Amino acid sequence: MSSSDSGATPVRSGLTERRNRRSVGLGFFASELAVLFRRRRTWAMLLALAAVPILIAVAVRISSSGSSGRGPAFIDSITQNGLFVGVAGLTIAIPLFLPLTVGVVSGDSIAGEANTATLRYLLVSPVGRIRLLVVKYLAAAVFCLAATLTLSIAGILIGIALFPVGPVTLLSGDTVSIGDSLVRSLLIALYATVSLLGLSAIGLFISTLTDAPVGAMAATVVLSIVAQVLDSLSQTEWLHPWLFSHYWLNFADLLRQPIEWSSFGQNALLQLGYVFVFGALAYGRFSSKDILS
Amino acid sequence: MTTAVIASPSELAIKTDGLTKRFGRQTVVDDLALSVPRGSVFGFLGPNGSGKTTTIRMLLGLAQASAGDISVLGERMPQRLGGVLPRVGALIEGPGFYPFLSGSANLHRLDSADGFAPRGTRSERVAHALDRVGLSHAADKKVRAYSLGMKQRLGIANALLAPRDLIVLDEPTNGLDPQGTREVRSLIRSLADEGTTVFVSSHLLAEIEQMCTHAAVMRAGRLVAQGTLDELRSAGATRVSITTPDVEAATRVLLALGLDPGLPDATGPVAASVAGAASAGQPGTILSAALPEAVAPEDIVAKLVADGVRVRGFSVDHASLEDLFVALTGEGFDVVQ
Ligand SMILES: Nc1ncnc2c1ncn2[C@@H]1O[C@H](COP(=O)(O)OP(=O)(O)O)[C@@H](O)[C@H]1O
Ligand SMILES: [Mg+2]
Repeated sequence: MSSSDSGATPVRSGLTERRNRRSVGLGFFASELAVLFRRRRTWAMLLALAAVPILIAVAVRISSSGSSGRGPAFIDSITQNGLFVGVAGLTIAIPLFLPLTVGVVSGDSIAGEANTATLRYLLVSPVGRIRLLVVKYLAAAVFCLAATLTLSIAGILIGIALFPVGPVTLLSGDTVSIGDSLVRSLLIALYATVSLLGLSAIGLFISTLTDAPVGAMAATVVLSIVAQVLDSLSQTEWLHPWLFSHYWLNFADLLRQPIEWSSFGQNALLQLGYVFVFGALAYGRFSSKDILS
Repeated sequence: MTTAVIASPSELAIKTDGLTKRFGRQTVVDDLALSVPRGSVFGFLGPNGSGKTTTIRMLLGLAQASAGDISVLGERMPQRLGGVLPRVGALIEGPGFYPFLSGSANLHRLDSADGFAPRGTRSERVAHALDRVGLSHAADKKVRAYSLGMKQRLGIANALLAPRDLIVLDEPTNGLDPQGTREVRSLIRSLADEGTTVFVSSHLLAEIEQMCTHAAVMRAGRLVAQGTLDELRSAGATRVSITTPDVEAATRVLLALGLDPGLPDATGPVAASVAGAASAGQPGTILSAALPEAVAPEDIVAKLVADGVRVRGFSVDHASLEDLFVALTGEGFDVVQ
């Protein structure tokens, strides 16, 4: 760019220029992330998630001197090693808190735009309906990552603050260094992120069905609960491997030496299937939908 | 009633053929043939619920037509939507913004959605658009804190973010005070001076009459008139009114001259009012008739006087657009259904 004080170029001339090729949409993706992370609601959800491991750690610290032997295994182990607090927090948050926040973000994706009437303006910009769906989905995925990382990191920090920290004894009995165990904590956060990708796609699809964001959010969250209930019933055993929540808590394999990747792979494959199916449904619904909001 | 606009397709900014939209069993837009010449300020007039917004949604590819063809800026819609819409700015059924973002941030966001809008000039274009609608002072205020009129202005600013060939404004003066309405009118005029075609819908005739070169009138989903304002005006007949106590003699004279007193009078048959309406408090009845082109008004007066009719008042009135629109849309501008 030339310096602005060169009076020779008329100020407005640049304004009439138009790109002759369409940009890929990174700018719009960045804008989508900015909108997402500029909302107070997003930060409130991330803070609430960060509070989960903090509450656990504080409660355990106050109440226990010496293990009770009851409660989930991870809760017991955090008194011995603070590095476990992050994993314990994730374990607690995966069934309800994480699906709740993911339901809010993905359920809001299209219906929220319809509700603020910004959808029609995005579409006549024109954003392109497919591009909008893809960007919305990617933003929801980024939120999943932000949510699980927030939880893990808050857990690790509060663990370091309240409990002794040292080399971690894995499920396989091996002991790994602090650095190695931090890497594994992040891997588990990544596992939880991948776990939520299917639900995000379902939320995106539901969001294309309505102009009422709250309805789409609620429906997405309810579905996540229904899936987990079905997963716990022996009568629906044939269905279990197909439920998107089936592998949600199977990240223990990442705590073995060497790391057992098969459940990670199975989970990723299943989630990918959900992304394709519900992505296609969302596209089918949204590409021809009358925007009358 | 429809006056055809004669122009080749390439001279038309918008052209529709048999455009129809049904919601269930209700036909909301019915067999619409719009012709919007390039460079015109085109008023799209109709009562609330007559199908204006639905038509605009179809023009912009937001809703699918149940039947019919659309071309915008010479390209088929919605097939060529990606190429057409960057050249079109629009305000559709009120503005829509993120309440938690500032006015300027909202425009940045919408501009980033347009893949053809250059990023380098974005800030400058946003500032320029805000300036044009008089919102520079509120650029950094959250839209949540905007008044309805400010949101409406911001909506118009969004339509002006990039150089456009066509600007579609759906009821742009809704929620604006008289000052704002005047500003929008002058803004539309300046856009037209730059060569932009402006398609503006309204349920207010006065608004259209003051700023448009062309107009189309909708009634319950159907197009009932279309053309330049002059064409529309001439479609309404010139009328003569005679105030006289000699109603029968006057009627005879008028019939002999080929006029048809009574029929076109909206308020009823031959006698309209029996008070001293016209001349100096003297009683008389007002007779009204459409004036054929072949008859000169002075001949009517001469003939009336010759036949001994006491003429106490005489006037020639050109039908206002308002008369025409009330006639076209029947109930005037009340809500349909
Ligand atoms: N989503 C919809 N479903 C059913 N009917 C609708 C819908 N949107 C609009 N209508 C009907 O279409 C008609 C025209 O509406 P609209 O185009 O908004 O009129 P205008 O903009 O001229 O006021 C109205 O009778 C309205 O009730
Ligand atoms: Mg309308």
